[in-house]
Amino acid sequence: MRMCDPPGSLERDPNVNFAYLDERTKRMIRRALLKAVCIPGHQVAFGSREMPLPYGWGTGGIQVTASILGPRDVLKVIDQGSDDTVNAVNIRRFFQRTAGVAVTTDTTRADIIQTRHRIPETPLREGQILVFQVPAPEPMQRLEPRQSETRKMHGLAEYGLMHVKLYEDIAHYGHIATTYDYPVLVNNRYVMSPSPIPKFDNPKLNMSPALQLFGAGREKRIYAVPPYTAVTSLAFDDHPFEVQRWESGCALCGSRASFLDEVLTDDHGGRMFVCSDSDYCTSRQGADVRSVISDGG
Amino acid sequence: MAADSATPLLCARALRRLYGRIVALEEVSFELWPGEILAIVGESGSGKSTLLHVLAGQLEPDEGEVLFDLPGRGLQDIYRLCEGERRTLARTDWGFVHQHAVDGLRMHVSAGANVVERQMALGERHYGRLRRLALDWLQHVELDPARIDDAPVIFSGGMRQRLQIARNLVTLPRLVFLDEPTSGLDVSVQARLLDLLRRLTRELGLAVVLVTHDLAVARLLAHRTMVMQLGRVVESGLTDQLLDDPVHPYTQLLVSSVLPP
Ligand SMILES: Nc1ncnc2c1ncn2[C@@H]1O[C@H](COP(=O)(O)OP(=O)(O)OP(=O)(O)O)[C@@H](O)[C@H]1O
Ligand SMILES: [Mg+2]
Repeated sequence: MRMCDPPGSLERDPNVNFAYLDERTKRMIRRALLKAVCIPGHQVAFGSREMPLPYGWGTGGIQVTASILGPRDVLKVIDQGSDDTVNAVNIRRFFQRTAGVAVTTDTTRADIIQTRHRIPETPLREGQILVFQVPAPEPMQRLEPRQSETRKMHGLAEYGLMHVKLYEDIAHYGHIATTYDYPVLVNNRYVMSPSPIPKFDNPKLNMSPALQLFGAGREKRIYAVPPYTAVTSLAFDDHPFEVQRWESGCALCGSRASFLDEVLTDDHGGRMFVCSDSDYCTSRQGADVRSVISDGG
Repeated sequence: MAADSATPLLCARALRRLYGRIVALEEVSFELWPGEILAIVGESGSGKSTLLHVLAGQLEPDEGEVLFDLPGRGLQDIYRLCEGERRTLARTDWGFVHQHAVDGLRMHVSAGANVVERQMALGERHYGRLRRLALDWLQHVELDPARIDDAPVIFSGGMRQRLQIARNLVTLPRLVFLDEPTSGLDVSVQARLLDLLRRLTRELGLAVVLVTHDLAVARLLAHRTMVMQLGRVVESGLTDQLLDDPVHPYTQLLVSSVLPP
């Protein structure tokens, strides 16, 4: 058994509609999703519903997942790369109770992966759907708070403002200091916020075989990157886009290809770097290690 | 002033604009030639700002048209261009210096980025070149290049106006709109800013539409002056002639009340 599969699966609650949302709402959201897929990177407004979770807990992503989930789909939920944070566990349980779907921590087995702040290290494949939870969908909002204006700028592809932000980074820090939610250009047309994933994950957005859907609950916006769509990270010619690098590999699995988190190991400043993607890390360590970690956590 | 030029740069034809029942503009027509500086003077509420916004593509007139000489296309009604075209025109071939700098600057973005934003919008993607351009323009408007990374929120009023000017001129526009560029500044700061404007307009051969209620500013900068009252142009002519020998009673009143004899 994978580490996060719950002991004895949760029973589906027969008193709520499949995946919680009513069918009309799901149809409305699916229409918004179709529109979003047709116009890659373009933010589509949708009638976001009240969810039994506060904003900031992924209500946008949950509504998207609820609208595309089928009874035979296998669901994986991650938060910062981990399957077993409170947020991930809650969302996973929510869909077990409301939809009775099978869940997994195994990236390769999942049909739908709802995520907050990471893209799995294991390459995705055709047929998979990655659902991002988005807190702030408008990449230009901080520099141009007027929504009427940002909408016009998207419409006319007036994106000089995005480079103002990168210019400011270089002027103040000597390099592009933005490390999360690093803006991208989708299909050579729309500038898009990739949600607060580390820029390390930005290259995975590009030409991904999986469908990538983005849901912002509070801001009532949905957008999408269809499979095999070009996604480029904004940069200057003389300050090209670069991803984070670490001096050594993961302390647990030795990977030099994954995004590492720093963890403290004692009270005396001891620390180590380990994979942020827990499923990737444990699967690399083999079954023995996996059960040890499972017992400890 | 290139008076021998074959076509005017900007052409206003019978402009009319109402606000409810208030007639803000009525029957306003004139031509502006390349390199020419035109002052619009008149008392408060006479329609100066309304006219400026109509000319600059920001406020559609109820009647009449605004024509601009587009490269290779000749005089075109700017309100018949699609919005994207008009906005591109506004940030390449035009400049607009606002009376209040907060309307024309990004107050919390560095001076350098304020200056080169237009270039980035036009697709310049080389930081080193943008940086050099920003430094050049800070010098052109006599701002200390050492302030390049400071945000205008900590600049004085005069410095903010200089920064606005640099930010607008960086694309070498042919036409600049100035709305009361020196009002609210100390007299000595005003004088230096006017000197700067006079130098830059000459060096760059800019055509300017300048709104001011200060006849001394018109006298110093403008080749031609247009006097407005209640939305109408009551008199226009060469600035010196008009101020020295006003014909219309309203102009006579303006001149006598503002300029000591
Ligand atoms: N947004 C508006 N709504 C209603 N009326 C307006 C509006 N803007 C201007 N007006 C009216 O139109 C007339 C012309 O105003 P405008 O601002 O163009 O004058 P102005 O010459 O620029 O005055 P000032 O010297 O005070 O700036 C005035 O009667 C003014 O009250
Ligand atoms: Mg005014």
